[in-house]
Amino acid sequence: MTPEGCAIVTGATRGIGAATARALADAGWPVAVNYRSDAEGAQAVVSDIESAGGRAIAVEADVTDPEAVDALFERAEEDLGGVMVLVNNAGMRADGLAPQLKPEEWDAVLNTNLSAAFKTTRRALRPMLRARFGRIVNVASIVGPRANAGQSNYAASKAGLIGMTKTVAVEVARRGITVNAVAPGLVDTQLTEGISDGLADEIPARRTGTPEEIAACVRFLASDDASYVTGTVLTVDGGLSA
Amino acid sequence: MPTQVTDEAVQKVIFDGLEEIGAEGEVSRDATFESLDVDSLDLVEVAQIIEDEFGVELDGDAMKDVKTVGDVIDLVVARAG
Repeated sequence: MTPEGCAIVTGATRGIGAATARALADAGWPVAVNYRSDAEGAQAVVSDIESAGGRAIAVEADVTDPEAVDALFERAEEDLGGVMVLVNNAGMRADGLAPQLKPEEWDAVLNTNLSAAFKTTRRALRPMLRARFGRIVNVASIVGPRANAGQSNYAASKAGLIGMTKTVAVEVARRGITVNAVAPGLVDTQLTEGISDGLADEIPARRTGTPEEIAACVRFLASDDASYVTGTVLTVDGGLSA
Repeated sequence: MPTQVTDEAVQKVIFDGLEEIGAEGEVSRDATFESLDVDSLDLVEVAQIIEDEFGVELDGDAMKDVKTVGDVIDLVVARAG
């Protein structure tokens, strides 16, 4: 039985994050739509959700900052109830071949894609442990488990996210908390602009994915139907990694 | 406002917390967490209950050497002092 509460989706102003916020709202969760700088985008997602009869708030927070993470959770808890679902979606790219990759580009990508997810997870787990319920879904990537030249930082962050997913999952499984990852392939989002050109032919499905197709998998992992699914990575890539 | 730390207050909160967590057997100061079937994740919850009640933070380092319920009570009182 799912307790009362809400969902937080980080980086939810567009792409997979926005689609996930809408999908979770459609599943009945009040949603905190997190954003770092795009207040307009976040408000548009909130308006979409409200128009569809759901409940949502936009919450500004740079999730690489532990104090901002605390503030994000406190706002969600005050306005929408305890956080029962956390989707770590905030992500970035800063591509370059390893010899040319700047240390600050390495750090920025690791901080946003991996360390921030740890900070939000750590904060989310405390009340989830008390509630004996929780759903954490990390948006990883097929890059990480497999190589993609020019993305050593991104690949390391996503491989690390999968390692963290599996480890935290076994730590908290006996408390009714599940921790899983989705690993999208090529999806039509701003984040993949410029890297999907011409690659569709290599995808067995012969097309890129949509944010909604990834969001549907997150929605499943956050649902009661997935109560026995934990520590796993759901690859959503049209067969590219098969 | 956090509750003021006294030996009695901490003992009550920890005893109640252990009961809520589902500790097995009789909870006493001398009881070991092993004998109460309280595992590492349970101890994380105990630490959280203490922090919520008294505002005293018990990190992983602080908790790694505790063996008995009394050890935690003493630790909280010492840290608050």
